[in-house]
Amino acid sequence: MQLLSGNEAIARGAWEAGCHIGAAYPGTPSTETMESFAKYSEVYAEWANNEKVALEVAVGASAAGARVLVTMKHVGVNVCADPLFTAAYTGVNGGLVILAADDPGMFSSQNEQDSRYYAMAAQVPMLEPSDSAEALSFARDAFELSEKFDTPFFIRSNVRVSHTKTPVELGTRTEVPIKDYQTDPAKWVMMPAFAKPRRKVLAARVNELRRWVEDCSYNRVERNSDKIGIICAGSQYQHVKEAAPEASIFKLGVTWPLPAQALRDFAASVEKCYVVEEGSVYLSEQVKAQGVILDEFEIALPETGEVHPSDIRVSLGYDQPEHLPVQEDVPGRPPAFCCGCPHRIVFKELSRMKAIVTGDIGCYTLGALPPLSAMDVTLDMGASVSMAHGFELALDRNENLDRRRPVVAVIGDSTFAHSGLSSLLSTVYNKGAGTVCILDNRTTAMTGQQGNPFNGVTLQHRESNELNLPAILEALGVDKVHQVDSYDLAEVRSAVKDATAATDRLDVIVFQHPCVLLDKSKKPTFVVSDKCTACGVCTKLGCPALSVDAETGCAVIDQTQCIGCNQCAQYCRFDAIGPC
Amino acid sequence: MTKEQQVFTILLCGVGGQGTITAADMLAKVACAAGLECKVSEIHGMAQRGGDVTTVVRFGHGVNTMVCDEGCADNIVSFEVVETLRNLHFLKKDGVMVVNDETITPLPVLIGNGAMPNHARERLLDVGATLIPASQIAREAGTAKCANVVLLGALAVSLPFEVELWEEVIRNKVPPKTIDINIAAFHKGYDYAQGA
Repeated sequence: MQLLSGNEAIARGAWEAGCHIGAAYPGTPSTETMESFAKYSEVYAEWANNEKVALEVAVGASAAGARVLVTMKHVGVNVCADPLFTAAYTGVNGGLVILAADDPGMFSSQNEQDSRYYAMAAQVPMLEPSDSAEALSFARDAFELSEKFDTPFFIRSNVRVSHTKTPVELGTRTEVPIKDYQTDPAKWVMMPAFAKPRRKVLAARVNELRRWVEDCSYNRVERNSDKIGIICAGSQYQHVKEAAPEASIFKLGVTWPLPAQALRDFAASVEKCYVVEEGSVYLSEQVKAQGVILDEFEIALPETGEVHPSDIRVSLGYDQPEHLPVQEDVPGRPPAFCCGCPHRIVFKELSRMKAIVTGDIGCYTLGALPPLSAMDVTLDMGASVSMAHGFELALDRNENLDRRRPVVAVIGDSTFAHSGLSSLLSTVYNKGAGTVCILDNRTTAMTGQQGNPFNGVTLQHRESNELNLPAILEALGVDKVHQVDSYDLAEVRSAVKDATAATDRLDVIVFQHPCVLLDKSKKPTFVVSDKCTACGVCTKLGCPALSVDAETGCAVIDQTQCIGCNQCAQYCRFDAIGPC
Repeated sequence: MTKEQQVFTILLCGVGGQGTITAADMLAKVACAAGLECKVSEIHGMAQRGGDVTTVVRFGHGVNTMVCDEGCADNIVSFEVVETLRNLHFLKKDGVMVVNDETITPLPVLIGNGAMPNHARERLLDVGATLIPASQIAREAGTAKCANVVLLGALAVSLPFEVELWEEVIRNKVPPKTIDINIAAFHKGYDYAQGA
């Protein structure tokens, strides 16, 4: 018996099933799944530059006969929706399993999405484990099910399944030979002539799945009181058991398709029948669509964020445990750029010049927070570049503007590789002007320092091509490409000024400096001397090591946190900050 | 708290990067070694960049949920004073708190967008928290890095596990060179909480 996180368990299950190949783009809360899978010596695993590419690699490998695992966070499913919907038509050769890891409560995401809607819309069956033991066994079984039904299989997790360590029994790996590949355009070439018959194959398969799901082992009834019955899945099952131990439970392990007859039978066997779910109404709506009459809670469950056992108790009218009051005067502690983060000076300069900043997804989204407060919009991966082009087009046509603020797109190296590159290509093609900043910190930092095409680090440390970012930008036809050390204030300021001053030119500034989490070397820390005039400039950089002395108003550098990056010293006009 | 209790809920809180996850892992290993079912719920991602973080360890027989709701934590192990206040309402009635007697000023306060809570330490003492100078004790034991082990030692006083079990887990978890330092740190934390 071992404690594994849900992510580690899914990786283990895939390995035990003899899975040969894995492809993914990192994203919380899915990331550790592929990292963990990659540690098994029998498998090949890679980071793709985005989820669409990862799924297409996987469909190719499946067609050629391999068992393949693809992992992503919920918003990654949006990115790969195009191949997903048609892969439901082609089906598979080797088993193909896709992890969609949702983030209700948005611990580390830009939205809440329920990936079960994708399962329903694409008609791709979905298994939903409630702990790591199920995550392992469901993942292991999913490959065989995928081959049996000739369809990709989804596994859905959320942050509580992916990032909770629970006990699992480990099994051994079953080696599965890679299947033969034979050309079969009627199955794999999805043009109308072949897709129309495959559409019928898909419909027939869905009927077959609906029959299978009625008595498959993944759904089960836990019979307790006849007075109350609760239908639930995933982590909500654990919460329901905690909040209402007396309830009879219909625990769904397959959340698409649903077992219509079994659900109707269950509802008929209890006086009150409820659905408990979080983040969306997928389950209650779909259960009702199966002809089940559901009871409504007098106090509804929260419509947004996570649902916890306490919420379920409130809805059932149960007492809550006594507790101390919430302490109202506790200051917030939002995440912040690390001490020495190479993004800090760039955002400080954009803030100073009051640029309109279109942001992107990564650590640098934190540039939106005070005191830097240098971001106007953040939407999705790669959007900074395309949205900046949209801003430019609209602002150029606004005759009422007396003074035009510069528009600057800010994107990280990994996000640029994910989808910023195609956005920039479109801007160049359309002769768009403006400024794009690529913050090249040599890693995919937010998700835990993964490799990407621009740092040339691969998941299993195979030899790679470290792509030459400035050369790619030149080849694309960007008017002016700058390369700047983002630790050098004078260089950063001059590059941003030059780029934004030219209104008929497309400039891309590549800011280069490794993420501080990559560089473990010790440098002398910095201290504030008696030359400090308490002007407050350095403390507005938002460095966690810098604070204001309550009595003197002078800056103080916390020696335990300072890493000697020299950023604050460059902003001091009084030469009051220097190495220890 | 009694040894007959079915399930224990321990909430560990602190600031991203302080090592709550490592401490939670050691606690979970002890619970598993004692033959109990155990769940550890962690938060990864954006919050790790210096934000407030919590890790929940639940162990016993029949552990279901992995989260800790208001009034449900048997113990709070806090790595920082302000974070203890933030999580106070999760403590069960008569629950036990061990708190690292250190304060890390949140960024909004550093830049003048917020104020520190008044009399934070006194308020914690009023509700029965044990404040431990864990970093200082850790330094005396040999390295400030084992402050989390000092806190685990203090926690161990109120948990139904033999000290030998903790020692075994520490031996297997920490770098070989620091085993003695960590075991000393554990005992100093244990003694401190017992004397408090």
